[in-house]
Amino acid sequence: MSEVVLEVDGVHTYIGQHHILQGVSLEARRDAVTVLMGRNGAGKTTTMRTIIGLLHPARGGVRVEGRAVDRMAPYEIARLGVGFVPEGQGIFATLTVDENLRVAMHRDDTEHRERLRRMLALFPDLDRFRHASAGTLSGGQKQMLAIARAFVNPQRLLLIDEPSKGLAPIMVEHLIAALRAVKHETTVLLVEQNFAMAEVLADRFFLIDDGRTVREGPMAALVADAGLKQRYLGI
Amino acid sequence: MKRAAPALALVALALSPLLGMEPRVYLTLTVAGLAMGMLIFLVASGLTLIFGLMDVLNFAHGALFSWGAYAGFSAVVLLNGWTGWAESPSVLLNALSLLAALAAAVLVALALGVVLERVIIKPVYGQHMFQILITLGATIVLEELIRIVWGPNDQVMPVPMSVQGSWDVADVIVLRVPVIAIGLGLAVYAGMLALLHRTRVGLIVRAGVESGEMVQVMGHNIHRYFTAVFALGSALAAVGGLMWAVFRQSVSPAMGGEQLIFAFIVVIIGGLGSVTGSLVGALMVGLSYNYVAFLFPKTALGVNMALMVLVLLVRPTGLFGAAR
Repeated sequence: MSEVVLEVDGVHTYIGQHHILQGVSLEARRDAVTVLMGRNGAGKTTTMRTIIGLLHPARGGVRVEGRAVDRMAPYEIARLGVGFVPEGQGIFATLTVDENLRVAMHRDDTEHRERLRRMLALFPDLDRFRHASAGTLSGGQKQMLAIARAFVNPQRLLLIDEPSKGLAPIMVEHLIAALRAVKHETTVLLVEQNFAMAEVLADRFFLIDDGRTVREGPMAALVADAGLKQRYLGI
Repeated sequence: MKRAAPALALVALALSPLLGMEPRVYLTLTVAGLAMGMLIFLVASGLTLIFGLMDVLNFAHGALFSWGAYAGFSAVVLLNGWTGWAESPSVLLNALSLLAALAAAVLVALALGVVLERVIIKPVYGQHMFQILITLGATIVLEELIRIVWGPNDQVMPVPMSVQGSWDVADVIVLRVPVIAIGLGLAVYAGMLALLHRTRVGLIVRAGVESGEMVQVMGHNIHRYFTAVFALGSALAAVGGLMWAVFRQSVSPAMGGEQLIFAFIVVIIGGLGSVTGSLVGALMVGLSYNYVAFLFPKTALGVNMALMVLVLLVRPTGLFGAAR
């Protein structure tokens, strides 16, 4: 069994007075894609925000390569090599595409510039609109930018929250192709409602419901279990 | 064409008085207006960073302006007492005297800016009402501290010999201090543009203003950057304060409050967060005030407000502002 990069152990997280996560546990193994699935409001995004440090758990722990990160600031966790592509892309609309990519680079050295060149080759639209304001991009192009931005740094772990949300089917296909091209480079924890996309990309799954982890296993097992899909995903 | 509209408006404003006055008077008023505009820009440039970019309603900006003036005042007085540089006929020694004043003003304001941001601003980011209340409180404290340290009365600012007086250029009287202010204002403008648009720090700050959360998850400690930007804005207020003190040849504890309203007007006219907008807005305010004060003296006090209302009616986001 491959090495565990991310461990989330019995995490409880509050947003204000609301007890959102009530015992989420999951793990992501090296160089594999783990998908976190569940209905709307199950706590998927809160789990991602807790892992990256935007929310701090009241109980439980988060470890990256064995190191506890649940009391760290987001920038400290990011410096450990954890990238985050949030739901809604989180691009800087007033900055150009090029500036969006450069602000994400941890260093401006040969390695990072080479990674930037590769991302622009992988997403030709970004190269074409490199000096345009990012706010003028289409939804799909913004998502490409958000993913390219995460890959300009060598990452130990990449958290991607609902990348296909709001995209046209053709853009989802492009996105799947792009993620397949880069997924071997790092460990990925993916939140995704689009089952077809999750099925193509993921090696393992975790299902959460009402803020708790309810099932886990190989992705193939979830694909084959119609009852499980119906019960927790409504499909 | 749309992007050039503010610049064209500025040129039209600058040329309009030619219709009703002698060219020599017009030139004198224009030079005075540009100088006044640059002095206002020096005050407003810091507020552009703090209010325009970081969205902090900092009413203590005026007090930082006063502290800059007093720090520079003390530096010149002390240095002149030891060396006599301010009274020397040497341009070099006079310049050194002014540079020492500038360094003192900037250092004091940087330190005050860091303390203010860490202690009172950080807990109220995003909360305008609390920002107004707490920075007004800070203003009272800072002004009272000036009265305790330097006394409650106005004091004469010793202005180096080379800076005093004026040049007569083709029958147009050109005071030296405003020329220095214009040069300093242009240098500040160029420096701010270079910092914000040509450096990595500027890039991170512009991104952080849009989404501090995203910048954090990219590995940048945005709090540290915001502290630095606030301190820089404070230092620019101090530079403005020092130049006003040299221009007026006096310092007073409440001098900053008088300029604060101009600075807010300029930042709003220019468009929040736009350095170029602040420069154009400041020049508009300076020019229109001088022209109107000459042509219609009784209406001079209201011209800045009228200008702001007019600009906001035509462009609600200000001359160079983007919708937020």
